[in-house]
This record gives sequence, structure tokens and C-alpha cells, in this order.
Amino acid sequence: MIGRRLRAIPGRIRSRIAPFWTTLWRPSLHFSLGFLTLGGFIAGIVFWGGFNTAMEATNTEAFCTSCHEMKSNVFAELKTTIHYNNRSGVRAICSDCHVPHDWTDKMARKMQASKEVWGKIFGSIDTREKFLDNRLELAKHEWARLKANDSLECRNCHQYDSMDLTRQAPRAAQIHQLYLGTGEKTCIDCHKGIAHQLPDMRGIPQG
Amino acid sequence: MKAVATIALLASAMLAGCGAKHEETPHRAPSAPVLISAPGQIDPMRRGVPIDADATPPAMARVENFDRIRPVNYEMQPPTIPHSIDNYQLTRNTNRCMLCHTRSNAQTFLAPPVSPAHYATRDGKILEEISPRRYFCVQCHVVQTDAQPLIANRYEGLNTTIPEGGVR
Repeated sequence: MIGRRLRAIPGRIRSRIAPFWTTLWRPSLHFSLGFLTLGGFIAGIVFWGGFNTAMEATNTEAFCTSCHEMKSNVFAELKTTIHYNNRSGVRAICSDCHVPHDWTDKMARKMQASKEVWGKIFGSIDTREKFLDNRLELAKHEWARLKANDSLECRNCHQYDSMDLTRQAPRAAQIHQLYLGTGEKTCIDCHKGIAHQLPDMRGIPQG
Repeated sequence: MKAVATIALLASAMLAGCGAKHEETPHRAPSAPVLISAPGQIDPMRRGVPIDADATPPAMARVENFDRIRPVNYEMQPPTIPHSIDNYQLTRNTNRCMLCHTRSNAQTFLAPPVSPAHYATRDGKILEEISPRRYFCVQCHVVQTDAQPLIANRYEGLNTTIPEGGVR
């Protein structure tokens, strides 16, 4: 009895889908080929543009700091650092360092960010105390990400080939040449906590 | 009509008087250090600016960032920091100075390691990490700026305090 019903399910689904299928594959009766091609082209631009615009909107500082978790913790800390306040006035926003610039990598990161939406909904870091408790783990994720992509987000602006070592402090020039120039180390190995305060660093390998 | 003009004239004269009263010549503090014993000095830190007048502050000093180790002026002086330390985090959570100056990393970063004394607790126990009583580096080690000293100083280093002819 149940077996017969189960076997009937594919048939029923097929009978539901069949009309749409035939409509999709039959030549159009009312619309010209030109209308369909041009219409498809324009609709494609509109939807693709809309998708990317929405994606870019989630990449703005206003969007990131619309959550108090970001605004009163990490963004407040950023303001005291050189990536916000410096002599030339060129500054970085959240996504410059935390979202890859290439499209495919960006999409992958945005999908990962759905975890952050989950965290927001369930308030996993909605107080300063909770944030500080989780800070080490959150920081570890970012260090691991930057280590894995060879500090790609740093290098979007800071390129070793364009660094004038003679204009750096002697110790900086020396160390950059020794470890960055040879590719032995990557930016994040030494430059942890340049834009935010550091968690308890006991037991974390540095340098 | 005449009365109005007179009042206006009076008012403007009064306003002008007020303006003149508040006008003061700005006091510029000399940039060179001032001798404590200089005549008329009440507070040498003010460099001769009267106590009831505002001084024009000297230009902001810049931190020296040359990485050249400075000589110490007396025995056991904590060496001064020969580079800028802007935004180097030195908190309960982390000590960024020790990224380079810890014994195990000093070789890597070509930095002078902190002396072995910094690893000893006050009970004489030698620790693996820097002793908590030496943790906050900038309590003793400070950066130097290009600012002029406020007060002239005759001290010329350790050698001048030893009497001529050697130790007694």
C-alpha cells in the first residue's frame, strides 16, 4: 500500500512539472526572438548589477558598524591606529582588510559570513564581556585566514616591490628585507594587532 | 535722530575700549633651556613667562627614530629606546616589545635582548619569560624626542661625578 504510494510520487511530481517543462521548451508564440534576446540581456544586466550592488552594500563601513558589536568594539579600537588616523589621510575600512577583493574569494568569504549573521541573531558577542571572551578565537580565525592567503589583503595596498626601504626605519628595512623579501614570512606573522587590540597572547607563536 | 547717533557712537567707543582691554602681547617661551639660577625666575619650568600670562607653547617634539643605541649616562641607567614605539601594545594581554627583545627572538630580529636580570623575580627565581616586575618596559625605558630640555643642566655623565685623580 505504502510502497505503491511511494512509487506514485515521481509520477505525480512529473505531472506537476510537465506543463512548465513544455512551456519552457516550446518556441515562443507571442514574443519575438529579438524581444526575448534583448529582454534577457537587459534583465541580466539589471539582476547582475542589483546583486553586485547589494553585495557591495554589505562591504561598506556604514553596514559593518550598523551592529553595535562592531561599532563599540573593533571599530572604536581601529580609530586610534594608523589605519584610521595618519599623516596622509588615506585610510582603510573594514572590508579592505577583512574581505578579499577578487570576486570568487569574496563570494566564498561572504558565504562564511552567514555564520556572523547567525552570531548576530543569537547574540554570541552582544556584550563587551562576551566579545572579550571570544576575542582570541575570533582573532585566530583572521590570523589563520591571512596566513593561508599570504596576507593578501595587506598586499592589496602594501606591496614589497614598491616599498622604499631607504625611507623606512633602519630596523624595519632590515627585517623586511630579511624575512618579507625572501618570502620566509608573511605580513601577519609579525604585524598582529596593528588595527585592533590583542587578546591574551600567551602561548601564541609570534614573529 | 541726533540722540540715536550719539548712543551708537558711545556704544562703539565702549566696545572698542573692551577690545583694547583684553588685548595682550603673547608671551613666547624661549626654546633654549633656562638656568634655575637665572634672575627673576620663580618657576624655571615656565621659562621666564610671568605666572599670570599664557605662554605660547613650543612646537611639538618628534620622537627620534634612528635605531642608533645611545650611550648611558651613568651606571645601571636603563638604556633609552632608540626608535618610535607608536601604538606598540603593552597591555595585560600582550607585550609587543618582547616580540623582538625577548631572548628567544632577539637573534631573529637583530635586536638587543633584555638583560638576564629581567627574568629574575624579586626572590631571585629565574623564570622562562620576563619577570612580572619587569613586564612594563616603559616604566624605565623611554623614547627620546628632539625637544630642548626645559631647565639647563650641568650634569655631564658619570665621569664628571668622580673626583679628578680617580677613586678615593
